[in-house]
Amino acid sequence: MEKQEYQKRVEQVTPKVKSAGTFFKAFLSGGIICVIGQILYNWFYSMGMPHLIANNYTTLILITTSILLTGFGLVSPIVKFAGAGYLVPITGFANSVASCAIEFKREGQVFGIGSQIFAIAGPVILYGTVTSALFGAIYYVILQIGWVG
Amino acid sequence: MSRKKRGKNTVIFDRPPVIRSAAGIVGEKEGQGPIGSYFDEIIKDPLLGMKSWEEAEAALQSKAAGLALDKIHMQPDDIDYLFAGDLLGQSIATSFGMMELQIPHFGLYGACSTMGESLTLAAMMIDGGFARRTMAVTSSHFASAEKQFRFPLGYGNQRSLAATWTVTGSGAVILEENETCQNVTKTNGKEKSPIHVCGATTGIIVDYGIKDSQNMGACMAPAAAHVIAANFRDLDRRPEDYDRIVTGDLGSVGQKLLFELMEEEGFDISSRHMDCGMTIFDGKTQDTHAGGSGCGCAAVTLCCYLLRQMKEAGWHRILFVPTGALLSKVSFNEGQTIPGIAHGVILEC
Amino acid sequence: MVYLKAFLVGGLICGLVQILMDKTKLLPGRIMVLLVCTGVTAGVLGLYRPLVEFAGAGATVPLCGFGYSLWEGIRTAINDDGFIGIFKGGFTASSIGISASILISYIASLIFDPKMKK
Repeated sequence: MEKQEYQKRVEQVTPKVKSAGTFFKAFLSGGIICVIGQILYNWFYSMGMPHLIANNYTTLILITTSILLTGFGLVSPIVKFAGAGYLVPITGFANSVASCAIEFKREGQVFGIGSQIFAIAGPVILYGTVTSALFGAIYYVILQIGWVG
Repeated sequence: MSRKKRGKNTVIFDRPPVIRSAAGIVGEKEGQGPIGSYFDEIIKDPLLGMKSWEEAEAALQSKAAGLALDKIHMQPDDIDYLFAGDLLGQSIATSFGMMELQIPHFGLYGACSTMGESLTLAAMMIDGGFARRTMAVTSSHFASAEKQFRFPLGYGNQRSLAATWTVTGSGAVILEENETCQNVTKTNGKEKSPIHVCGATTGIIVDYGIKDSQNMGACMAPAAAHVIAANFRDLDRRPEDYDRIVTGDLGSVGQKLLFELMEEEGFDISSRHMDCGMTIFDGKTQDTHAGGSGCGCAAVTLCCYLLRQMKEAGWHRILFVPTGALLSKVSFNEGQTIPGIAHGVILEC
Repeated sequence: MVYLKAFLVGGLICGLVQILMDKTKLLPGRIMVLLVCTGVTAGVLGLYRPLVEFAGAGATVPLCGFGYSLWEGIRTAINDDGFIGIFKGGFTASSIGISASILISYIASLIFDPKMKK
């Protein structure tokens, strides 16, 4: 069998996920996490916090919960069902940071936890910063030329 | 050509070494699998009382080797050479697990095919007249493999349906020169012929351009097919000449591909084939997807299940073909393909 | 009503990403990068703010909301401080997500040990 033909056969033989099912599960779980976020936000807001601070507290609670679930080893079983429904919300980001910190603790404070804590989440921060700064620079130039504002 | 060499890939031993002892220990999940009752020991604590997964895997190896020695009341000093390997970077589980045995040591890396590689070399060493007794040991540990190749254990990710589950386990085999053990094979007063390592077909590195690290079976199937076909060609044999042809960890996806590749070579092995990865776990109830994998998968299945079946189920000749996927995190990140390798070992009794 | 909107929008984002993951076999790390960059871009194009106003947490909780807040931070900083805003803005609005993740994960690493999967 030629290589290309083999690769085609591999595609055909490899079992595929039924997307309808996984979509629904991700939709449901992601939706629920966002509703929890909304409930938290409304609660903090009703206590008289300004919009941004209420948002911050919401984020803090979601992150803390996700890290605790990570510590107790509960995220994997949740994600098995929820998939992107857990990974796309900020809970997934927190899980990626916490799981690295916990896994690499045996390699030491500096070279274990220290250098590995962003092994998965690091790219998010890097490319978030690069993209936003790039657009920021363009925005700045446009402001200087006086096209907007 | 050398006197013992047959064709391009195969050797046949003049005085086939005997498998004198074998031991396999596994983790809890493997113990709950379909062949769980065959294993010598099932370890409940995945850390084995150690502090890290890497140390735990080393302890697993040293336990398996110790058990294989204990079974025949021997000391490490009775072994002339040791062939061992694992999956971790620079084979640290082997280095630290085998250190205290103080046996002249060859560290090997053949990915998950290492049990085939170590058995081949251990047998050659004896047949070549360099040793009376040799030992072959390999291991894998689910947690240390995940940490090294995939994600931290606490990280939530969805495993692909073609993915395999790394076996936590270690297997050790002690080979002995044929003459010295003619009279130890009597058990319960009944004469049983011992299991010999009669020959070996050494694989080449085969690359069919697969890049999906979650589909190792597809990466390794061409290598397995190549070795099995080479074995048939070199020895002028047919699938019917073996009671079983046992691959290491192709899983259900790799098995399908192997059958197709073999068919193209003109061989139908489907009635003879079994895969250690598909034997050790029940994919339906244990949520392992395509099957088990890792050096330990083929090793413990050989040591505890296959050797016993040869005696009890009357398999007179099997071809044991552990399969390995040759990737590292670096080669994967750099966009390299994942070549495969497989080693065939002929066992007879 | 606000809960229904959060549920539908948040759920839809997750569901669509799930399809992307299933179809492309992209590893989660790449997916997260993609989401953040999408959030930044949608913010620049002025598409994300209406979504946040419409769906609340349904738009801020997913990781693209993180990207949006990075952009909002930079935009505000440039408006207020000019050039230097490009460099200081990103993390002001998103600092809670990053700092809290680091701090609490660090504490968690002191308390918890990695656990074997069953």
